[in-house]
Amino acid sequence: MQPLIRIEDLRKIYHVGDQEIHALSGVSLTINPGEFVAIMGPSGSGKSTMMNVLGCLDKPTIGEYVLDGHAISQLHDDDLAIIRNRKIGFVFQSFNLLSRTSAVENVELPMLYSGVSSKERRQRAIEALQSVGLGTRLYNKPNELSGGQQQRVSIARALVNNPVIIMADEPTGALDTRTSVEIMSIFQRLNDMGKTIILVTHEPDIADYAKRIVRFRDGRIVEDVDVQNRRIVAEIAVAAEEEAIS
Amino acid sequence: MNFMESIRVSIRSVLANKMRSFLTMLGIIIGVSAVIAMVSIGQGASSSVTSQIQGLGSNLLIVSPGQASQGGIRLGAGSANTLTLKDAEAIAKQESVAGVAPDVTKQAQVVYRNQNASTTIEGTSQNYPDVRSAKIQSGRFFNKYEVQGQANVAVIGSEVVKNLFGSATANPLEQKIEINQISFTVVGVLQSQGSSGNTNNDDRVIIPVTTAVNRLGLGNIRTMFVSAKSADLMDQATIDVTTALRGAHRLLPKNDNDFQISSQAQILSTAQGITGIMTTLLAGIAGISLLVGGIGIMNIMLVSVTERTREIGIRKAIGATRGAIMRQFLIESVMLSLLGGIIGIGLGIGIAKLVSQFSTLTTTISLSPILYAFFFSMMVGVVFGVYPARKAARLNPIDALRYE
Repeated sequence: MQPLIRIEDLRKIYHVGDQEIHALSGVSLTINPGEFVAIMGPSGSGKSTMMNVLGCLDKPTIGEYVLDGHAISQLHDDDLAIIRNRKIGFVFQSFNLLSRTSAVENVELPMLYSGVSSKERRQRAIEALQSVGLGTRLYNKPNELSGGQQQRVSIARALVNNPVIIMADEPTGALDTRTSVEIMSIFQRLNDMGKTIILVTHEPDIADYAKRIVRFRDGRIVEDVDVQNRRIVAEIAVAAEEEAIS
Repeated sequence: MNFMESIRVSIRSVLANKMRSFLTMLGIIIGVSAVIAMVSIGQGASSSVTSQIQGLGSNLLIVSPGQASQGGIRLGAGSANTLTLKDAEAIAKQESVAGVAPDVTKQAQVVYRNQNASTTIEGTSQNYPDVRSAKIQSGRFFNKYEVQGQANVAVIGSEVVKNLFGSATANPLEQKIEINQISFTVVGVLQSQGSSGNTNNDDRVIIPVTTAVNRLGLGNIRTMFVSAKSADLMDQATIDVTTALRGAHRLLPKNDNDFQISSQAQILSTAQGITGIMTTLLAGIAGISLLVGGIGIMNIMLVSVTERTREIGIRKAIGATRGAIMRQFLIESVMLSLLGGIIGIGLGIGIAKLVSQFSTLTTTISLSPILYAFFFSMMVGVVFGVYPARKAARLNPIDALRYE
């Protein structure tokens, strides 16, 4: 099987004044389709930089990065934007939804940049929102939604362009435990359906919902293991809860 | 993102800050309306001057005294008093000349019984009605013999009738009026011509030039209006008048002319040149305010880019290319400036209409300044929108997403 992500001796060096900061110093990693990887590490370990590079938001200084057959390292900014649009779905800690814009329009946003007709856009956005249990909140604006609901909108947005990979950067960082479990159940369900998911977190509890944990320290991978006692959220229970809420 | 989508997004963002959008547009609104109003006023002035000059008649030559020379120092045109009644006679004898109307003017007090008015006394010849295309409303103009005989007769304008006789419809014929204690008989009333610029053509008293010079002491002839027999004979008439005057003044071939001859066409082009400069000047000043408006737009767009850094970050992370972001902000600034421009055009036309309604100025609203203003305001949006839009497009998505 061809790997979805292949990274070869990746380095990222920042210059702050005269100082060189090695945010990533020689990282090699392979992720296959259908994996659910948690990237862990203390702050300053390089996991955020790794996330930015994996998400094509940032380019490595040296090293090779191949995503779904595309060599990313050499691409121009606008090509990266297109890759982000077609191949990657982002879920952020702070949701990053457009305020003053309804849930369904937020979800439509990625399709706006990939030239989907407005009719199809609306239809797919509604389907995506329904799939994360927000079919009744289509036209609410972010400030009219709870944190968990906002994160579900952003998951719907990440899904809607049918990306090959979902990158979740501390997706539960701003949520309480119960809501976090709900969100993780959605990720697990998506993974069960075949989506590849990369999750950045510093919470071991959350990382245990993944299948594989990659641990960073000082810009290097120090541990790369499969999760032994994986947490599985009973979907039926969550679904029942959702019913009760709505 | 296609063009219509960009427009939709831009409209939404313009509407999101209605007050701010309006204040931003205000600069453009004021600039454009100033341009439109100023150009309308300028063109109005130009066309009224043009029609006045054209009203002189196309076969008219205007002879004025030349420059006086004092010890080698040239004084301004008309500074010499070189034209006399004899010159007028000499010109009148020329083959190509239909008529000569010398012109002397002076402000004076006119008295009728217990009424008096300050008006312009104009001394001229019997040719005046033909040469200056003036019409008589009642009575008659004075004739050749009255001019030769220095008769005390007067033809008066309707304004004078109103001022001296109480109403414009009063019949002043055969009444005696006094100018400088000399009694004149009113023989005719001029047809009303209205005012041109700040001179009221109806506020004057016309008397024979001989009477004016010899009895009222109106001094020297400042202007002679000469009409050629036809418009085709203008060049010939100019030569003939020059020859006649040089002969009358006994100028040697080495001497320059001590008079000037100008035609209606020349005066017209001079006047149009002047009003053209005026219009350009007004438009230029108004244009500066348009520039200031543009800077206002740039300022607000920069604020908007900073304010929406996070939004830009989100859009870029999700897949917006630089071009898409650039387009979005550019459309927004063009929308602001264009909307301001359209409102400004409406306001400018309104101002021009009000000016012509409530003042003596005439205004001409023409299409070209409107199109210019429209195009210009659009350009302002583009020019002053590019920098903020570029700034937005070049934001690094990682930094933009982290921006609070």
